Amino acid sequence: MPKLSREGRYAIGFRLNGQEVTAHAPGRMLLTDLLRHVLGETGTHVGCEHGVCGACTVQVDGEPVRACLMLAAQAEGADIRTVEGLEPAAGELSPLQAAFREHFALQCGFCTAGILMSLDALLARIPDASEDAIREHLSGHLCRCTGYAPIVKAALAAQAQLKEEEAANA
Amino acid sequence: MTINPSADRWIGRSVPRVEDPALLTGRARFVDDIATSVGTLEAVIVRSPHGHATICSIDVSQALKSEGVAAVVTGEDVKRFTRSMTVGVKADVECWPIATDRVRYVGEPVAIVIAADRYLAEDAADKVAVDYEVLPAVVEPVAALQSDAPVLHPSLGSNLINERRFSYGDPDGAFASAAHRISIDVAYPRNSCTPIETYGVVASYEPGEDAYDILANFQGPFSIHAVVARALKVPGNRMRLRTPPSSGGSYGIKQGVFPYMILMSVAARIAGRPVKWIEDRLEHLAASVSATNRVTRLEAAVELDGRIRALDWDQIEDCGAHLRAPEPATLYRMHGNMTGAYAIDNLSIRNRVVLTNKTPTGLNRGFGGPQIYFPLERLMQRIARQLGLDPLEVIRRNLVPAASFPYRTASGALLDSGDYQSALDRAVLEGGLDELKRRRDEARAEGRLYGIGLAAVVEPSVSNMGYITTVLTPEQREKAGPKNGAQATATISIDPLGAVSVKVASVPQGQGHRTVLSQVVADTLGLDPTAITVVADVDTGRDAWSIASGNYSSRFAPAVAGAAKLAADRLRAKLGEVAAGQLNVQSDDVDFGQGRAFARSNPDNSVSFARVAAAAHWAPGTLPDSVDQTIRETVFWTPEQLQAPSAADEVNSSLCHGFIFDFCGVEIDRDTSEVRIDRYVTMHDCGTILHPAMVDGQVRGGFAQALGAALLEEFVYGADGSFLSGTLADYLIPTVMEVPDPIILHYESPSPFTPLGAKGVGEGNCMSTPACIANAVADAIGANDIVLPLSSSRIAGLLAGDEPQPKVKPKQVEDTAPGGQRKLTGGGSAEVAASRKEVWRMLLDPATLEAIIPGSHGVEKVSETHFTADVTLGVGPVKGRYKADIQLSDLDEPNAVTLSGKTVGALGSGEGSGRVTLEDLGGGRTRISYSYEAGIGGKVASVGGRLLDGAARVVIGQFFKALANHAGGGKVPGAGVFARLKALIGGGR
Repeated sequence: MPKLSREGRYAIGFRLNGQEVTAHAPGRMLLTDLLRHVLGETGTHVGCEHGVCGACTVQVDGEPVRACLMLAAQAEGADIRTVEGLEPAAGELSPLQAAFREHFALQCGFCTAGILMSLDALLARIPDASEDAIREHLSGHLCRCTGYAPIVKAALAAQAQLKEEEAANA
Repeated sequence: MTINPSADRWIGRSVPRVEDPALLTGRARFVDDIATSVGTLEAVIVRSPHGHATICSIDVSQALKSEGVAAVVTGEDVKRFTRSMTVGVKADVECWPIATDRVRYVGEPVAIVIAADRYLAEDAADKVAVDYEVLPAVVEPVAALQSDAPVLHPSLGSNLINERRFSYGDPDGAFASAAHRISIDVAYPRNSCTPIETYGVVASYEPGEDAYDILANFQGPFSIHAVVARALKVPGNRMRLRTPPSSGGSYGIKQGVFPYMILMSVAARIAGRPVKWIEDRLEHLAASVSATNRVTRLEAAVELDGRIRALDWDQIEDCGAHLRAPEPATLYRMHGNMTGAYAIDNLSIRNRVVLTNKTPTGLNRGFGGPQIYFPLERLMQRIARQLGLDPLEVIRRNLVPAASFPYRTASGALLDSGDYQSALDRAVLEGGLDELKRRRDEARAEGRLYGIGLAAVVEPSVSNMGYITTVLTPEQREKAGPKNGAQATATISIDPLGAVSVKVASVPQGQGHRTVLSQVVADTLGLDPTAITVVADVDTGRDAWSIASGNYSSRFAPAVAGAAKLAADRLRAKLGEVAAGQLNVQSDDVDFGQGRAFARSNPDNSVSFARVAAAAHWAPGTLPDSVDQTIRETVFWTPEQLQAPSAADEVNSSLCHGFIFDFCGVEIDRDTSEVRIDRYVTMHDCGTILHPAMVDGQVRGGFAQALGAALLEEFVYGADGSFLSGTLADYLIPTVMEVPDPIILHYESPSPFTPLGAKGVGEGNCMSTPACIANAVADAIGANDIVLPLSSSRIAGLLAGDEPQPKVKPKQVEDTAPGGQRKLTGGGSAEVAASRKEVWRMLLDPATLEAIIPGSHGVEKVSETHFTADVTLGVGPVKGRYKADIQLSDLDEPNAVTLSGKTVGALGSGEGSGRVTLEDLGGGRTRISYSYEAGIGGKVASVGGRLLDGAARVVIGQFFKALANHAGGGKVPGAGVFARLKALIGGGR
């Protein structure tokens, strides 16, 4: 990554949901603003801009990261996934997304993108994550609508579904 | 009753939400996702760092020169284009959306910077120079009523903006004859349901038509449309208000976006371009909107068996710095149900509304409920304790009798339906209260702290648009004209291919309105819900709406879904006549199902719904004479039960009244004082349930927010009005780790007053849960007085009692300066290897000062004796950037000088003065001695006196050490200590 200056504009190349992209941004621009307002991927939401609420969580090289605490220029060379990259095909939900719908694990849906990205990363890394581990992971997210219980249920249901698919494919 | 969804209808089934696919894939459109016109500018608001101060001057010249800036708007500009917002009581006071001559709360808008983008606008906002004269602040409502309290609005003469007294039945007689008088005093704290999406507004102005166009994630009520149009000095049809398709939660809070609609409209007018503003979280916490805090004394006249004969309420409502519409509605929403779930015939109420140096209040889930049910349900426990009765029995004995519905309360509410005793009994049985009692016995036998709490609540929904006029005297109401009702509206349209669309003005913020409406209309028209589309956002320029439109007072299921049902019924009747002609049968033989119209007497005789529905488009000549058209049906529905307040101040404040009975078992950890909810049971009677999963979702969501209010959340203010809960690390919201899953039970007593029998359900737990948990904690630790939130430290205080005083009295450091600021004093000396003359020159030289002031980013010389500086200072964890203004006086060259200064930054402010004396030690050496006295306010003052005192010493020590170094080395007594302290506290850069 180059040394950034306030005045400078930088060409930033990275993978976004499997596609190579190059975007231009000032050195001080946040990754959230780059994704939302430069690239038009508005599924990543901004809730607090100080790293507490978790709404802006994206995956950077497979790890959940607060996009509001990352400069756009830091994305250089990274592999970034956002909620727009979760759908297997247009109009088709992933097992995690489908479980959220089935268990009414969202209401306003504003915090949901970040939660999906966190859980997707967890289930990819630790397919056998315990309920406690799932809760621990979810504790980095604030949801004001659901009271969380349906989210935990959806996560467990998605985990079971993914394991089933894994077994079927094995 | 159990819920058995009927197989032949969609209502009552938990169908998947139509809202979800877009929300789960990132395709939903929230306010900040919507494309704006090319050339739209972005706004950043400069806000007050002071709780109370006079604005001496605002200098925008540097900001205007900043890159990309189009305009800077101040209070004077806003005054030029608008008029004061309407205030809901008769009082000589103005209410502006931006400070004009003084600021009255931390976060109050002072200027709006409009620039090409938010980054540039933030840069320029830093350059707006506001000169304040700090005034003493008042933050506690009782203190605000004192005769010597600082007055926020001089035109009012005091901080009391409204007072009314009410009497129903014969409260004096009941109190005189009752066996006991039992009372409770409560100070209910401030909090907010804080949606994860903040406010957003995009406004534009067309001078050729003198018309504003506003997009905002506003939630209603649309009576506020009238407030905004009046403020903007345009007729309502010149202020088009649109809402985005999705909104990221509201819980009442997004009603409070309306002052920003006015500000951004003016900003767009001045800038000559559309202006967009997205609030940030810090702004949201400090200055969006808060629930009211309230000080209440509640007394009951009680018989020996626990029956309550009368209640006497004395409420002091704190609405913050301005009385913004629709306040003081929080105080009056519950006016009809001030006797809760109980049959109490005699009632007296004294209501006072006061203004303090805090954020203005507004809608917040539960709206007025938490503030009354906390004292009422805490009092029920106290009555049981004092009389040695079972708390459950005291509740049961006082409940409104099952045979008396609809029941008229003392203050005029008409409780529509219910069987409170049966619902309570079912909850006790199915929720396992006896088992909890056993668990309590076992825990106590082991020496653990376990308690059980109860709460019974009536949950009002569908507000009477006239209830707020109860704040006026009957004479004032007579003059103003009656206000009543609650217009709900729904439009159903059929397109030329026979597809059905529904349009409502309910502005959901996540509640799934579109899904439920598709169920309601599908049942009536015999269609599959997936065949129906629903639009629920509003465009006041195109849609049917009225003042009651919007998403508040839990009105969707009872009122909006009901209106949709009525519109569908009307359309069905007409379509039945059309189908009768096509099927060649009588219209009363026509039925609709599975997407067809058919003859009940011969179901094989059928025609597709689309064919019946499209006739009005393609062949209107074939319609029977009795049918005008079947293309579009708009229904407005207002319930007749919502009458204006009577001359005796009786008011049916809400149409529906659900019933809730909660109980819980909690355990308190003796070591950590943490509250663990062992089990929480919540029984709801919300009438007919339209979508069970969504109803439970509302209950869980409300419960989680109420748990936060009970255990964690509070907007805290310092004595000087400084705001101490300004980030999500200070204002704690429950996470998945804190929220248990409550056991939810239902009892269905359909409302006779709503088209579908449904009542509201979204707010009840915000009313019942804080009291229920507090009662459990009181039971666990035997405490009499409980103050929310029940943080571990607060419970530790209750468990341990007063902290023992140390034998050696510590040095008093936490003095308070006038106005609530933290006072600091100190002094010291340093030796430098330079002559007095050289030191003197250095102290007056900006370049030297810049080099030696800790954390300095630049010092400018205004005059020989006046400097300004830009510095970064850290005190403990609180690091911030400050603007300092330093003046020199009493110059006695080269012996002594007085420095006085003011600093202002986002994290706080300070002012003080110090005297510096220079003593010639001979041999080119000089001793610099100094003493200072300072007052510190704002967030930085909250870190505590000792830390602050230490930090001040470190910073000043660094200054003199740097001076000594600059002068060519020297000795600073105690520098080692300073260095250690510096490492500890992190002062300087």
